[in-house]
Amino acid sequence: MATFSTTATVDEPRISLGNDGGLPPVLTAYGDDGSGAGKPDYATRLRRARLGLLVALTPIFMLFVSFTSAYIVRQGLPTLDPQTNLLVKDWIPVKLPTLLLVNTFVLLLSSLGMELARRQFRGAAVLVSAEAHPRVSSGDQIKMPWLAMTLVLGLLFLFGQWTAWRQLAASGFYVSSTPSSSFVYLLTGTHAVHLMGGILALFVASLAVLFRKALAARSIVIDVTAWYWHFMAALWVYILCLLEFAR
Amino acid sequence: MVGGTGGGETITMSTHESAVQAHAHAAPQGFIRKWVFSLDHKVIGLQYYFLALAAVFVGMFLSLLMRIHLIWPTAALPFFGEIKPETYLSLLTMHGTIMVFFVLTTAPQGGFGNYFLPIQIGAPDMAFPVLNMLSFWTTFLGFLVLLAAFVVTGGPPLHGWTGYAPLSALQSAGPGEGLGADLWITSIAIFCIGALMGALNFITTTLDMRAKGMTMMRMPLTVWAWFITAILGLLAFGVLLSAGILLLMDRNLGTSFFVPLVTVNGQLTGHKGGSPLLWQHLFWFFGHPEVYIAILPAMGLCSQLLSVFSRKPIFGYKAMVYAMLSIGFLGFMVWGHHMFMSGMSPYTAFAFSIMTMGIGVPSAIKTFNWLGTLWGGRIRFHSPMLFAIGFVSLFVTGGISGPFLAQPVLDIYLHETYFVIAHFHLIMGVASIFGIFAATYYWFPKMFGKMMNETLAKLHFWFTFIGAYAIFMPMHYYGMSAGLRRYSQSTEVAYILKLLPLQRFITAAAFVTIAGQFIFLFNLFWSMAKGKKATDNPWEATTLEWITATPPPHDNFGGQTPVVHNGPYEYSVPGAPKDFVMQSDPEIEPAH
Repeated sequence: MATFSTTATVDEPRISLGNDGGLPPVLTAYGDDGSGAGKPDYATRLRRARLGLLVALTPIFMLFVSFTSAYIVRQGLPTLDPQTNLLVKDWIPVKLPTLLLVNTFVLLLSSLGMELARRQFRGAAVLVSAEAHPRVSSGDQIKMPWLAMTLVLGLLFLFGQWTAWRQLAASGFYVSSTPSSSFVYLLTGTHAVHLMGGILALFVASLAVLFRKALAARSIVIDVTAWYWHFMAALWVYILCLLEFAR
Repeated sequence: MVGGTGGGETITMSTHESAVQAHAHAAPQGFIRKWVFSLDHKVIGLQYYFLALAAVFVGMFLSLLMRIHLIWPTAALPFFGEIKPETYLSLLTMHGTIMVFFVLTTAPQGGFGNYFLPIQIGAPDMAFPVLNMLSFWTTFLGFLVLLAAFVVTGGPPLHGWTGYAPLSALQSAGPGEGLGADLWITSIAIFCIGALMGALNFITTTLDMRAKGMTMMRMPLTVWAWFITAILGLLAFGVLLSAGILLLMDRNLGTSFFVPLVTVNGQLTGHKGGSPLLWQHLFWFFGHPEVYIAILPAMGLCSQLLSVFSRKPIFGYKAMVYAMLSIGFLGFMVWGHHMFMSGMSPYTAFAFSIMTMGIGVPSAIKTFNWLGTLWGGRIRFHSPMLFAIGFVSLFVTGGISGPFLAQPVLDIYLHETYFVIAHFHLIMGVASIFGIFAATYYWFPKMFGKMMNETLAKLHFWFTFIGAYAIFMPMHYYGMSAGLRRYSQSTEVAYILKLLPLQRFITAAAFVTIAGQFIFLFNLFWSMAKGKKATDNPWEATTLEWITATPPPHDNFGGQTPVVHNGPYEYSVPGAPKDFVMQSDPEIEPAH
C-alpha cells in the first residue's frame, strides 16, 4: 500500500516519475524531519556537528595509536655499536621536567573552564530556542568569562610546553639526541599542534561573540570545541603517563 | 501536475520556487563561487573527477615512457632524455604515487562519491560543505606539490610509491632523495589530510542526512561502498600521516625512527638504531586497506549496474553488504603479507597468510552474487554494463593470483617479480579504472544532461578490455620466468633476454590501449557539447538520482526532499506496471 507522509506538488517536467502512468514519487518539503533540511533546526545541527567531531577524533586517535606502537617497538630494539660491533641498547630514559605536571594542572583547569563555557552557551541557546525570540541578545546574558579563561589557560599550557622543551634542551636532550627524546618531542609537539587547532576554534567562537553572531551557531562551535578540548586533555594525560611510566 | 493525498493539506508550488524558498543558501551566481570555490557537492565531485582525469594522463604518460625504455634502453625520451636507472626509478615512483592517490583514491570516492552519495540518500548536500570544499583544494594542493618534484634539483624520488626506508629516509641516498623526496612526503601528508576531511563528510552525511524512509538496508550498494571506503580511509590515512611525520623527522631533524646504522658512499650517516621494518609495518597498515579504498567503490557500482542492466534485483543484497564490511574489516588484518620477505617469523607469516586467504571468502560471495544477478536476466548491453561485466572479469582474473601471493612459500619466489605487478595492476588498477569508466558512462547523462556516444563507448570498451589483458597477462609469465620489477634494463640480464619479445608485445599493447583512451577523452568532451539530450532517467533505474532533474538543481531535489518506500533494486516486480519501481514510489506489495 502507498503511504504518504506529506503532500507536495511539483512541476511535471522537472521531476522524472520513473514509472510513467503510475503513482508519483512522494516528496516532502524540507525541514519537517530535520533530515537533509535546507536549514535544519538547532538540535539537528548540534547532533550533526557532534557526530562530525566524533568521526574527526578517530584519525587523531589512530595517529597516536600509531605513534604509541612505534614508541613501544623502538624501545625494544637494540642497535649496532660500530666500535664494538655488538648489539647494544640505546634507549636512554628521559627525565621529564617537573614543569609538565604544572602544565597538566593548567590544561585540566582549562578543560573545566571549557565545560562551564559549554554549559553556559548551551543553556542560553536552548533558552533562546525555547522562547523563540529572535531579538534576545545572548551576549548580555553571558557574564562569566569562562571562554576567555579557557583561552588564556590553553595559551599558558602551550607556553609551559615550550618552556619544558627549553628545559629538556638545556639538560642535553634535543630532538635527535636519543630515540627516547625524539619521541618526547614528537608526542608533545603533535599534541601541541592539535591543541592549537582547539585554540583557533576558540578564537573563532570569541570573535563570533564580539560580532554578535547567532547564538545557536556560537553554541554549536563551543560545544564541539569543548568535546575536542576534553579529548585533548585526556590525550595529554595519556601521553604523560606513557612517557613517564613506559620509559 | 503530480500530487498525493494525506497530511490534511496540499502544498502547491513549482520546484523552482520552492528551491528558492526552502533552501538555506541559494545557488551561487558568480563564476568563482559556482565553479572554483564551490560549496556544492556536485561541483566538488566534478572537480575531483577532472583532477583525477588530469592525473591519470600524467600517470599514463609516465608508464608509456617506462615501457619504451624497457624495450629500447638507449632511446632519448621526451622531457627526460636518456633514461638512467635512477630516472627509471623516479618514473615508477611518480607513476605509482599519482595513480594510487590521485586517480584510484580520488575519482571513485572523491569524484562520484561526492556527486552521488548525497543525492542517492536524498540529502541536499554533504553535512559540512565548507569542509568538503577544503578537502578538494587540499587534495589539489597535494597534487601540485607532488608535480613540483619533477622540476626541483635532483628530480623526483627513487623509493617507489611505498617509500621504503632507509632509501626514503636519507637525503644523501641518491638523486631525487633530497628536495624531491621531501616534496613527495609532504604531498602524501597533504593528501592524507584532504582524504580525512572527505571521509569525515561521507560518514557524517551517510549516518545523519538520509531522507525519511532511507534505512541503512535500503541504501544503494554504491552508498554502502562509499560509506565503508570512508571508514577505511578514516582509520588508514591517520596511520600513513604518522609514518610520514616520522619520515620527515628522520630526513630533516636527524632522528632515527627508521634508519639503522648505515653508511652512504662509505660514510656513516649519523643515524643508528632505527627500524626500516617499522616503516613497512606502518606503511602497509595503511597500504593494504588502500587497495580496498580503491576498489570498494567499484564493487558497489558494479553491483548497482549489474542489477540495473539485468533488470533483476541484486542477488543477495544483505550478503553484498556484509561481504563488503568483512572485506573492509579483514583488510586491516593482512598487511603483513606485503612483508613475507622481511624475515618475519614463519608463524606470523602463517597468520597473515591465513587471514589473507580468508578475504577470498567474501570476495567469492560477491563474485557469486554478481553472476547470480546476471543469471536469467534480460541483459541490456549498454556501455556502463559492458564495463561492469569487464570489472567482474578483471576482478576474478586479478583476484585469483592473490591466493598465490598470499602463501609465503610462493611469495618468496614471486615477490619482486612482474607477477606481482600483473596481480595488483589487474585487481587494483584496471578493475578500479573500469569502475571509473562504468560510472562515467552511467552517470554522465545525469551530470551533464547529455548522452555519451554509445558506439564510441563500445569501441573504447573493447580497446581497453582486450588491451588490459594483453598488457597484464604476459606479465604473469614474465614474472614466473623471474623477470624482476624495478630493473630499468632487462636487456642487460642474460637469463631473461630471451623474453624481450614478450616485453615488446606488452609495450605495443600499452601503446594501443593508451591510444584507445583518447576515444574516451574525445567522447567525454564531444558529448558534453554535442551529445544527445538525456532524459531524467535514461537507464530506467530506481535510485533517487533518477527522480530529480537533469542535471540536478543546486539543492538536488528542488527545495524538497524525497521519501523512500522501497529498496534500491526493485526490478521486474510481479504485478508492477513497469519493470522497475523507484525508491520513492509508493511501497510495493510483498511478492506472494
